Amino acid sequence: MNELTELYQEIILDHNKRPRNYRGIDDATHSAEGHNPLCGDEISVSLRLNGDQIEDISFQGEGCAISKASASLMTTLIKGKSLQAAKEESSVIKQMLTSSEEPDNSMEELGDIIALSGVRRFPVRIKCATLAWHTFEAALNGKKETTTE
Amino acid sequence: MSTETTKASVSTIQNSGFDVERIRRDFPILDLRIGDHSLVYLDNAATTQKPRVLIDALNKFYAEQNANIHRGVYFLSEKATDAYEKSRVRIANFINAADAREIIFLRGTTEAINLVAQSFGRRFFQKDDEVIISILEHHANIVPWQIICELTGAKLKVIPMDDRGVLNLDAYEKMLSDRTRMVAITHISNAIGTINPVKEMIEKAHQWDVPVLIDGAQSVPHFPIDVSALDCDFFVFSGHKLFGPTGVGVLYGKEKWLREMPPYQGGGEMIRTVTMEKTTFKDIPDKFEAGTPDISGVIGLSVAIDYFESLGIEAIQAHENDLLNYGTEALEQVSGLKIMGNAPDKSNVLSFVLTDIHPHDIGTFLDSEGIAVRAGNHCAQPLMKRLGVSATARASLSLYNTREEIDKLTANLLKIKKFFS
Repeated sequence: MNELTELYQEIILDHNKRPRNYRGIDDATHSAEGHNPLCGDEISVSLRLNGDQIEDISFQGEGCAISKASASLMTTLIKGKSLQAAKEESSVIKQMLTSSEEPDNSMEELGDIIALSGVRRFPVRIKCATLAWHTFEAALNGKKETTTE
Repeated sequence: MSTETTKASVSTIQNSGFDVERIRRDFPILDLRIGDHSLVYLDNAATTQKPRVLIDALNKFYAEQNANIHRGVYFLSEKATDAYEKSRVRIANFINAADAREIIFLRGTTEAINLVAQSFGRRFFQKDDEVIISILEHHANIVPWQIICELTGAKLKVIPMDDRGVLNLDAYEKMLSDRTRMVAITHISNAIGTINPVKEMIEKAHQWDVPVLIDGAQSVPHFPIDVSALDCDFFVFSGHKLFGPTGVGVLYGKEKWLREMPPYQGGGEMIRTVTMEKTTFKDIPDKFEAGTPDISGVIGLSVAIDYFESLGIEAIQAHENDLLNYGTEALEQVSGLKIMGNAPDKSNVLSFVLTDIHPHDIGTFLDSEGIAVRAGNHCAQPLMKRLGVSATARASLSLYNTREEIDKLTANLLKIKKFFS
């Protein structure tokens, strides 16, 4: 069960059961739909940008524990951040999820999101974890849809 | 609820003439350990495991018999050609085709349906003609028809089903008309196990002189198939779901259609004469077998069929029905579990969802216990949409599965519920 409990850490199970920012945003400035054709998971990410700051971010959709927890953790991490900081974090986290290396100490400051790193040992599940981040980036780039093909 | 009570509550009689433990020893992979667990292989609708006789036959072919077919004048080529053509006769007998020339070897079910769609469609479909399929189809029996309809202007009609997963035959009868050019229907749903009444559906289509293609990918490994009795016009299946190698599949087509249909692919082996101005084609079946085929695969497929038939298809059916009934009752005891597909006539598939737990999480958890199931849309997205889910977990049974394996599945589903609660 070791790898399994590393994948489904308490933080992940908690965000799966009680996803944060699981709602729409009426006055969203950016939004996108993300789709994982492998499993049929679909999420939408919405955010409200004010100047350079991401004032609000939310998600909705169908998905497994990993994709839901990843999206939920993403919203808690990114909310209130500057656009530049959010983009940097997104790229660091996508790197962490797909890297063969253990996350290094510098990742610790990212907080709870590090719990997602267990997914690296489950290659078929990595796309579940990256879906929310790809969708977030698609929203920022003005793309309406993205897929993790 | 413990698995002990599950066992006690099931009253089906074990099939005494069928020695599953002995059969399991014929499949080397079933001894495999996944981490600390024995492999419990419940993904047989995706592909089946291979008996040792097949693995040995493939080794023997490459070690002692390998040569290209239909061209060499030397000893090995003649031997390989002979074995390849004997396989064609073997397979014609297996499904009771009238003539071995009606058997075309291809890569699999998917390629066989694409061949019929492209070749038959280009010859016979015109604008506003209609092709009938059903909501139960695998993408392999949807997309090839969409592609040819797009090309020819023909239209796709889809037979609906009820909530149990049973096709609406009244709707089907109403769809048939003098515009219908083809009916293409799965024999058994790969996603939810419904067995379609194909004989009756073929009769109805023939009243309009409409040919029928049966996708037999899921039925061939479970029941006896008699294409002459069914009177289907095309029947397609894959070797790898029938304990044979991957990369080989079969198209059966009635001679009268195959003769009318143009080649699907051009190349070596399928021609009589080639000049830069004009090519003439060989007769069936060669017309449809361009290039070097999967020679070892074809020979291996007949070895797999010999093995399969030696176990007795009726005994296999009885064993699998017992497992399906046992598994259905066991899973129904798990609270929050819903079995998708409850057709009265149902084959070896247990597709299910668990409240608040995504099928992918079920799949990963079961894998950590050595249990292989499929999680996803089963290449049947329109069917998933009709069922109102994005995915299911699917345990699909075969002749080497046991009640003990189903007990392991059930026990672990209870653990999963606790884990994610």
